[in-house]
Amino acid sequence: MTNESAAARSRNDLALEQPDDRQAFSWRRLLANNTPVIALVLLCVAMAVTSPHFLRLRNILNILDQVTVMGIMAIGMTLVIIIGGIDLSVGAVLGLSMMIMGWLAKLQGLPWPFAIVVGILVGGLCGYVTGLLITRLNLPAFIATLAMMSITRGLANIITNGRQIISYPEWFVNLSVKRHFGFLSVTVGILIILAVIGWLVVKYRPFGRSLYAIGGNHEVAYLAGISVKGITTWVYVACGLLCGLAGVVMATRLDSSQPSAGTGYEMNCIASVVIGGASLSGGIGSVGGTMMGVFIIGVLRNGLNLHGVSPFVQQVVIGCVIILAVTLDNIRRRENR
Amino acid sequence: MFDGMDTNDPHAHPVLSIRNLRKSYFGNVVLENVSFDVHAGEVVALAGENGAGKSTLSGIVAGSVTPDAGGEMRLMGRGYQPGSPKEAMDAGIAMIHQELRNLPDLSIAENVFAGHVPMRMGLIDRRAMSAMATAQLQRLGLDVSVDRPMRTLRIAAQQQVEIAKALVRESRLLILDEPTAALGAAEVERLFECIRELKKSGVAFIYISHRLDEISQVADKVVVLRDGKMVAKHDDPSVSSKTLIAEMVGRTVDRLFPEMPPPGDRTVLEIVGLSSPDRTFTDVSFSVREGEIFGIAGIVGAGRTELVRAIAGADPISAGSIRVENRDIRVKRPLDAIDAGIVFIPEDRKSQGIVLSQSIADNMVYANLDSLFKRGWINPKRVHALTRDSIRRLAIKGQPDQSTKSLSGGNQQKVVIAKWISRNPRIIILDEPTRGIDVGARAAIYEVIKGLIAEKVAIIVVSSDLPEVLGLSHRVLVLNRGVSKGVLSREEATDLRVMELATI
Repeated sequence: MTNESAAARSRNDLALEQPDDRQAFSWRRLLANNTPVIALVLLCVAMAVTSPHFLRLRNILNILDQVTVMGIMAIGMTLVIIIGGIDLSVGAVLGLSMMIMGWLAKLQGLPWPFAIVVGILVGGLCGYVTGLLITRLNLPAFIATLAMMSITRGLANIITNGRQIISYPEWFVNLSVKRHFGFLSVTVGILIILAVIGWLVVKYRPFGRSLYAIGGNHEVAYLAGISVKGITTWVYVACGLLCGLAGVVMATRLDSSQPSAGTGYEMNCIASVVIGGASLSGGIGSVGGTMMGVFIIGVLRNGLNLHGVSPFVQQVVIGCVIILAVTLDNIRRRENR
Repeated sequence: MFDGMDTNDPHAHPVLSIRNLRKSYFGNVVLENVSFDVHAGEVVALAGENGAGKSTLSGIVAGSVTPDAGGEMRLMGRGYQPGSPKEAMDAGIAMIHQELRNLPDLSIAENVFAGHVPMRMGLIDRRAMSAMATAQLQRLGLDVSVDRPMRTLRIAAQQQVEIAKALVRESRLLILDEPTAALGAAEVERLFECIRELKKSGVAFIYISHRLDEISQVADKVVVLRDGKMVAKHDDPSVSSKTLIAEMVGRTVDRLFPEMPPPGDRTVLEIVGLSSPDRTFTDVSFSVREGEIFGIAGIVGAGRTELVRAIAGADPISAGSIRVENRDIRVKRPLDAIDAGIVFIPEDRKSQGIVLSQSIADNMVYANLDSLFKRGWINPKRVHALTRDSIRRLAIKGQPDQSTKSLSGGNQQKVVIAKWISRNPRIIILDEPTRGIDVGARAAIYEVIKGLIAEKVAIIVVSSDLPEVLGLSHRVLVLNRGVSKGVLSREEATDLRVMELATI
């Protein structure tokens, strides 16, 4: 009996012993752990080979401009998805923030900085309400944000009865048009700064680490003394603030506020995060990966435009990319196990 | 063995005959030499400690476990080898699980007929279904509208629906696994009433329970299992609880447990009159000294886990106080307990202890977010150093970056312990520290516990494994239905005494 169990034990040990292969440099591992980056590089190479316009500085700056709005929103969505949540209201909150800002500045004649700040804060308030719906009323995130999507889109339309607000001052429009140092618009600068901050916070701050605990297993997180409800609420507030900011950025790009702006953005936003390697079941994801996801979609759209591919076909392509990205990710996870 | 019997007359045979049943997993024998008969209208009780082989045996009979070759089962005189629970059910054997598995949002009638609804012209015959379900439930003494959703019934009534479900399938043998664990006294009486009624119509039962007083009330025969072997068979149900307990525990405690140093004198933790809002435990008081291992024993459902979860701030408290080093602390959430130096290692490591999809290092961080990173920035090198240190200290077989999913149960448990002891807690609560862990890893975990008490940490151990509680603890508290039956010293705490307090 004792011999038997001892034998069983050593068998177990053999089966469980993992070779210490951290020292060994492995291309395979490098490739597997950086799928989004590699996909982006391959995509850029393919586009550069097939289109002479792709690698021109102007085109690259265009891509940067085109992804700013989605990039800012996707940072917030990354936090939400890491904790195992979802936010369907991001596009509608963007629209509401943009309308509030335009209404305050243009129709109420209040100072622009004030209008901009209030617009962003309204986004944060929406996120706070969402957070309370989820943590206090125990609504599933899907339902709470679906409801918020409807409510905020409705409010965005109520403000001007569905009309757009147009002709903003030149300095405001210049935020996204004028390129400082020959390449950097203010809005692209904001995206870069936010992406770096987001990356640092998620990777190196206790707040960021606890997101992974909550998403991985909220019971474990709770028993580890992490304030699951508080942090969940703050994540939705952060996501809302970023949507508000994305609304302001979009207004400078459009030179107007449109109550229907951002419709359908939630899906592209979720797609970027997922292509960037996050898991909708929570606990996995990173801001860096999400940025790659944002750029993959951005480069793809740009390249397909250069080739004259119709926007309808582009939608089909992007759908296929989502399937491909998540399937590759699944295979990689299975192998890593 | 079965010769000399007329195989055509069903009444000549027991409903179920079991001969020399044996089961082993990878050379580990968990059941052997079990032989007994269950006759029509008879209740055979299975008694034994946790791990004695009761669930394996009932699993074999109910078709969910395949026995080793050599033994034999006969149902109504014919060879019986169920390949799946469905085959067992079709043959007339149904198991009512301790945790009821039903469809809460469907109606009672639909639950009774789940899987084989009566059909008429290609459609569900709802009228026949309701009528038959109603008739069956009335036979069991349950008078409710069968159109109500299942979830509106209380647990006891849901259990009767489960029994009705077995009866409409014309089951001849029902296996009841701890049927009274979730029932109040009046409901237990109702259940017994129902069993007696069904016995009259020839239904046979295998009845599994930890509560010996119930066995004497409801059983006709008692089969006692210990370490996978059948140690006694009583045809007289009035056999004394003392005899049964002696048979259940009669074995030597393995030398698995290290010699523990004596505890210190200073009281670290004092629990006074603690009660839970739903009364899973009431008015429990005890104290734990530094360097002491304090065991909490009791059968399943006695309120052990609920008690320690409340002390750890994971569940609410309705009355009583918790004092750490002579200071009252208020625990409303786990963080309050953690701040007071109380850490809790939960019973189910996979769903409560670690994040399985993440690495050892990630898991180490979660318990140390505040203490490790005073300036608020995480230093990956420090995390790595801490993890390597813990891996060495607890001899965890794994790398810091390795996913905890790929670790064995023992190593996973060590990760849970490691993430907490890196905080240098004063009190550690271990709930089922070695559940599902092989012998080697168990011994290693006991050594870790020994190392901790040498550092004056106070330890509370909760375990369903009685030898474990007795082998480790300096003193043992026995809980019985949420009430403290007293604290026994190491000398007083024999398995006999503890089982008596826990079951009677």
